[in-house]
Amino acid sequence: MNLDFSFLNWGVVSSFVLKGLFFSIQLTVIAMIGGIALGTALALMRLSGKPWLVTPAAAYVNTMRSIPLVMVILWFFLLIPLLLGRPMGAELSAIVTFTLFEAAYYSEIMRAGIQSVPKGQVHAGYAVGLNYKQTMQFIVLPQAFRNMLPVLLTQTIILFQDTSLVYAIGAYDLLKGFEIAGKNFNRPVETYLVATVVYFVICFSLSMLVRRLQNKIAIIR
Amino acid sequence: MASWDWQVFCKETTSGEQVASCFGKGGDITYLNWLFSAWGWTLSVAVLALVVALAVGSLMGILRTTPDKRLVFIGNAWTELFRNIPLLVQVFLWYHVLPALFKPLQAFPSFVLVVFALGFFTSARISEQVKAGIQALPRGQRYAGLAMGLTLPQTYRYVLLPMAFRIVIPPLTSESMNIIKNSSVAFAVSIAELTMFAMQAGEETSRNVEMYLAVTGLYFISAFTINRLALVIEDRVRVPGMIGSK
Repeated sequence: MNLDFSFLNWGVVSSFVLKGLFFSIQLTVIAMIGGIALGTALALMRLSGKPWLVTPAAAYVNTMRSIPLVMVILWFFLLIPLLLGRPMGAELSAIVTFTLFEAAYYSEIMRAGIQSVPKGQVHAGYAVGLNYKQTMQFIVLPQAFRNMLPVLLTQTIILFQDTSLVYAIGAYDLLKGFEIAGKNFNRPVETYLVATVVYFVICFSLSMLVRRLQNKIAIIR
Repeated sequence: MASWDWQVFCKETTSGEQVASCFGKGGDITYLNWLFSAWGWTLSVAVLALVVALAVGSLMGILRTTPDKRLVFIGNAWTELFRNIPLLVQVFLWYHVLPALFKPLQAFPSFVLVVFALGFFTSARISEQVKAGIQALPRGQRYAGLAMGLTLPQTYRYVLLPMAFRIVIPPLTSESMNIIKNSSVAFAVSIAELTMFAMQAGEETSRNVEMYLAVTGLYFISAFTINRLALVIEDRVRVPGMIGSK
């Protein structure tokens, strides 16, 4: 079979692919920020030592982590309209789903990060008269974030890869953009190949960046 | 919220009639029959892919720890390649692209292609674990093996790997649980596994919640079973004298 990439000019890319790429990036960034914020809250709940906070947070995290992401996407796409009483677009539903789903994974990372901070730091915080909130905000969390930054970013690369799974509810992401372009020009083989290369280049360069950052942090320590 | 209707699983899939025993007879199948067959597909895809992933992933992980630079490069390249492409894209690659480029692949059913897609994707992650496991061993063990006159393959076979594999069982357990979850991506190429069942049966019966709950429950049970199984294995092969041993 002969491959023919000539149809993939700028016009095709800008009309089919860029829209998808933009959504994939938007989804990744929103889910990352929301997920880390929510995840940190969940991690603090789990480490609070109060059963009425620990139990629900642990249940939430463990449930999310034991269900396949595709099923979670389908569940939210089904349940959000039932709860709201009106339909919600696939894109918006995907954003909500990914934020809540990734929060479970980020929370496990943040929990490990917080636990990696020496106990003496907390005691020192209390000793200089800071309360719990201040100790967390000014002493523990900044160190936890810095320790876990490479892992948080690696998780974000995985998140970017996982955004392709919105295929299940038909949201228009990067992969969908390529797929539609391939259908329109009857060149699915070429478009899937290009999609593979694009995903690989993005994820590979990001993981190289993370590795450099990791080495940098390792030297500072 | 609408009331539950679990009777829907006893319906025959084509006529929609209730079957008293909940299991269809002869050629007829109920949704319950379909659900269990879908579970079978999920487990088959996951288990076969795990076999592929363990074999290829161990090989690549070992290559990355050898003294030969070319072998290390092959192992690294393999890992980076399969780790940095989304699973769904890899599945499409195996299903849409490779058979078009290599005609002999067209003879294979999509089930086999998905097994390889999921297996190779997971092999990259297993190669990371195996590499870390081998590197966690004291360097002296390798030198001791070589100094005793063992060849490099013998050193791996009799000295390094028996220790390394026992160290990596916990991370391999979580990879095995991931592979069950990741097998859900097979829905995209119409494998009749659990996620595909949830989507299709949900649509046919308009009883999405019941269907999704059943499927989610089966995913839970599958992952939990693997977890228990791995604990038993871990217990059996513990290295005496290490912190984890009794």
